[in-house]
Amino acid sequence: MTTIDLGLPGLAGVPTTDEPQKAKDYKSDQEVRWCPGCGDYVVLNAVQSFLPTLGLRRENIVFISGIGCSSRFPYYMNTYGMHSIHGRAPAIATGLATARPDLSVWVVTGDGDALSIGGNHLIHTLRRNVNLKILLFNNRIYGLTKGQYSPTSEPGKVTKSTPMGSLDYPFNPVSLALGAEATFVGRALDSDRVGLTEVLRQAAEHRGSALVEIYQNCPIFNDGAFDVLKEAGEAERRLIPLEHGKPIRFGASGEYGVVRAGFGSLEVAKVSEVGEDALVVHDAHAEDPSFAFALSRLSTQDLSHTVTGVFRSVSRATYDDQARAQVDDAKASKAADLTSLLRGKDTWTVIA
Amino acid sequence: MSTGVDGGTAATGTSRAAAVTKLDRVVIRFAGDSGDGMQLTGDRFTSEAAAFGNDLSTMPNFPAEIRAPQGTIPGVSSFQVHFADYDILTPGDRPDVLVAMNPAALKANIADLPAGGTLIVNTDEFVKRNLTKVGYAANPLEDDSLAGYQVHQVAMATITQGALADTGLGKKDAERCKNMFALGLLSWMYHRPTEGTERFLREKFAKKPEIAEANVLAFRAGFYYGETTEAFAVTYEVAPAKLAPGTYRQITGNTALAYGIVAAAQQSKLPVLLGTYPITPASDILHELSKYKQFGITTFQAEDEIAGICAALGASYGGALGVTSTSGPGVALKSETIGLGVMTELPLLVVDVQRGGPSTGLPTKTEQADLLQAMYGRNGESPVPIIAPQSPADCFAAALEATHIALKYRTPVLLLSDGAVANGSEPWLIPDVEDLPDLTVEFATEPNSPDGSAFWPYLRDPETLARAWAVPGTPGLQHRIGGLEKADGTGNISYEPDNHDRMVRLRQAKIDNIPVPDLEVDDPSGKARVLVLGWGSSYGPIGAACRRVRKLGHSVAQAHLRNLNPFPANLGDVLRSYDKVVVPEMNLGQLALLLRGKYLVDVVSYTKVAGLPFKAEELQNVLTDIVKGVDAA
Repeated sequence: MTTIDLGLPGLAGVPTTDEPQKAKDYKSDQEVRWCPGCGDYVVLNAVQSFLPTLGLRRENIVFISGIGCSSRFPYYMNTYGMHSIHGRAPAIATGLATARPDLSVWVVTGDGDALSIGGNHLIHTLRRNVNLKILLFNNRIYGLTKGQYSPTSEPGKVTKSTPMGSLDYPFNPVSLALGAEATFVGRALDSDRVGLTEVLRQAAEHRGSALVEIYQNCPIFNDGAFDVLKEAGEAERRLIPLEHGKPIRFGASGEYGVVRAGFGSLEVAKVSEVGEDALVVHDAHAEDPSFAFALSRLSTQDLSHTVTGVFRSVSRATYDDQARAQVDDAKASKAADLTSLLRGKDTWTVIA
Repeated sequence: MSTGVDGGTAATGTSRAAAVTKLDRVVIRFAGDSGDGMQLTGDRFTSEAAAFGNDLSTMPNFPAEIRAPQGTIPGVSSFQVHFADYDILTPGDRPDVLVAMNPAALKANIADLPAGGTLIVNTDEFVKRNLTKVGYAANPLEDDSLAGYQVHQVAMATITQGALADTGLGKKDAERCKNMFALGLLSWMYHRPTEGTERFLREKFAKKPEIAEANVLAFRAGFYYGETTEAFAVTYEVAPAKLAPGTYRQITGNTALAYGIVAAAQQSKLPVLLGTYPITPASDILHELSKYKQFGITTFQAEDEIAGICAALGASYGGALGVTSTSGPGVALKSETIGLGVMTELPLLVVDVQRGGPSTGLPTKTEQADLLQAMYGRNGESPVPIIAPQSPADCFAAALEATHIALKYRTPVLLLSDGAVANGSEPWLIPDVEDLPDLTVEFATEPNSPDGSAFWPYLRDPETLARAWAVPGTPGLQHRIGGLEKADGTGNISYEPDNHDRMVRLRQAKIDNIPVPDLEVDDPSGKARVLVLGWGSSYGPIGAACRRVRKLGHSVAQAHLRNLNPFPANLGDVLRSYDKVVVPEMNLGQLALLLRGKYLVDVVSYTKVAGLPFKAEELQNVLTDIVKGVDAA
């Protein structure tokens, strides 16, 4: 075993190993109990296949989850893990990541867990930029409680709790994260193993909070919610994949692209009408989150367009690095002298 | 000089030559507008008393509003300090001296001043507008409504402004120094040492030397005013107290509690993560601990109460000592995470500085009404140890004890302080660091399953029932924990009925079997038939009341509970060995309910929830009546 610095800032300080790892090393002995056909299986397999490529010591990886179907994830990972309480995983992970710079900390959460009951922790974790990776499984429904609408369900959704249709206007999770000035925001489809793995890789390498929204199918309560993004003939004209430094272009033969519109916003256009030079070149490192936000607004609830890939990846000091630096500075400049602390400045002595 | 009784009448003996009256104890209350700096004034006077070697006890009382409308009754802030030449137990029932900086302060406090008490008034504020604001039709300084008191009228603002005329300070800034004038005057009256206050002012305003000098000048002006005017014919001396030998300092409960956590970090050799959210009256613990990063303490001001405790629990999971500090409303929000700590069996220190409730209640006032919340305020069978400090200085040892239990038994521990303990202060016999307990823990490093092949996180130490604690980063011991029920031993998820029943009982047994010291009973006569049993901050007033009852010739036994879960093993026997057990509480009988339920002893519950500590006199009367009744029976 070694502790070589891989040069991945997101993982600096986490010990590595040269022992080869396989996906099966990351499978725990617990039987996976998601419903047959659940998108969570695909994500679990992708993560188990991806982690060995990081070459980290398995005992230095921790998965923390909240409550919901996706939050069973840690039980199936042969790493350290905690299945905590509803919505609070980012807060628990914040304490862990702050206390332990030698851990690679991952949060697994869902649309209800992260955006409804845990919305506050999510935005504050992102703005603080704690060094942890948040995988937000978005199936646009409450699965574990058997099918109520979620904060990402489309308005008018008929569910057990909304027989006349839901009234809530949904969150766009990527827009929300960018509004909180998250330093890394990405999106992938559960079915797109290659795309998902690439976003996960970049998230792992990022130092700071990384939010990865994963569109995930719930075959029981919201089956087919993302089918149009997976159907040949439909997917090509709807999915807008991002690649840093490349013009944003999509469609079966690249016939569509993204161009600038009024007030800093972006829109989809036909390349034949606007010309290749008009296409926006993706800059994931733009300091101003407005560009990434404009990109996020191209994704619509009806999935007529969905942007995938890494929206934003910028460097900003992390909360946990700075908190540890303050402690280190204090240790270097002040003596930890308990006797002198307890005595304080003004004492008096009573003699026997 | 007689030995005084706490809250009793002061014994006096006049020394003619020096016109100095010797007193064994004095209670002074400084009262003014919340912008007048009364807390600082009281705190400085207290430090002077401490430096002089008096025993002392203090009680700040201030509004929840930072600046309530100026000159109004709700805006009155006061600080009471009791100092004596013997060991006292309370901040005093009533002041002997009331300093009133404005009409509102006079109106709000005069009822507490006994007839013949000394009243020092800042006359500058007694103008029509201010009088009208608080409902005085006539100026009480000009009619005979204060005839029963020894009134000293001093134009504090005017004299202070005069004293600072040459400093170049603006009129308003000069006027703001009048609290130091009042402090100077009182310091002269009571022969207090002044060097400490002058040094303090120069340090406090080190960045604004002109303000520092102005305050020192105002302080001296007050002192000289007393010395040179003939208004004050007598000064008073309170000799140093004969406390146990050792080195002392003055300390508030919140500071002592924070120091206890620093000491726990040192003694456990663990880093501390305090995850917390600002809340009155607990915020000073955060302020204090944020200064001690050199001891390996990280303070995390979270987005809310829940995130605060969650971060603390996350840090504990990582092998640090997780601490969260809050008050009752915060405990309500944290309760689910406390439950997670109970289920995951991780160490966690939860500090609840109780205040008046329910809901937002009385944020700056004291109460003991979170006992049942601490005991039962979670879903499911979710036992946690509970420890309550009995005085400000006791918070240090209580924090160490709570941490010891949390680490040894892998459990959240509730530390129940309250507003009176947190903000009150008293002398503290500074412990020798060498004598502090060893709190080091052993983390699991090897597989522990019966066949030696795996790590089972829920295998328990047969003696303590504490589970094995392996922290992330330990090779080969990867495991998962969480809020779902665990299989005994392996820790895997289990919905098996018998396993759940066993695990519920195991978690309960782990807490029930924590050894706590036996309850000690104080009964000097050895003949008492009535026991008075309290917990937490009522220790002082109950103790003072017992002294008075005994002084009246009756026997009464006193015992005080520090461990509220589990109770001391001898508690049942103690309760059953008295004809009557009286339980005074600042709630509607929460401890009484627990005692009746567990021991089937029909205790007498005496309760008051006024946001203020019990008065010794009040408890004296209650106890005397009960003792007389039992003795007559």
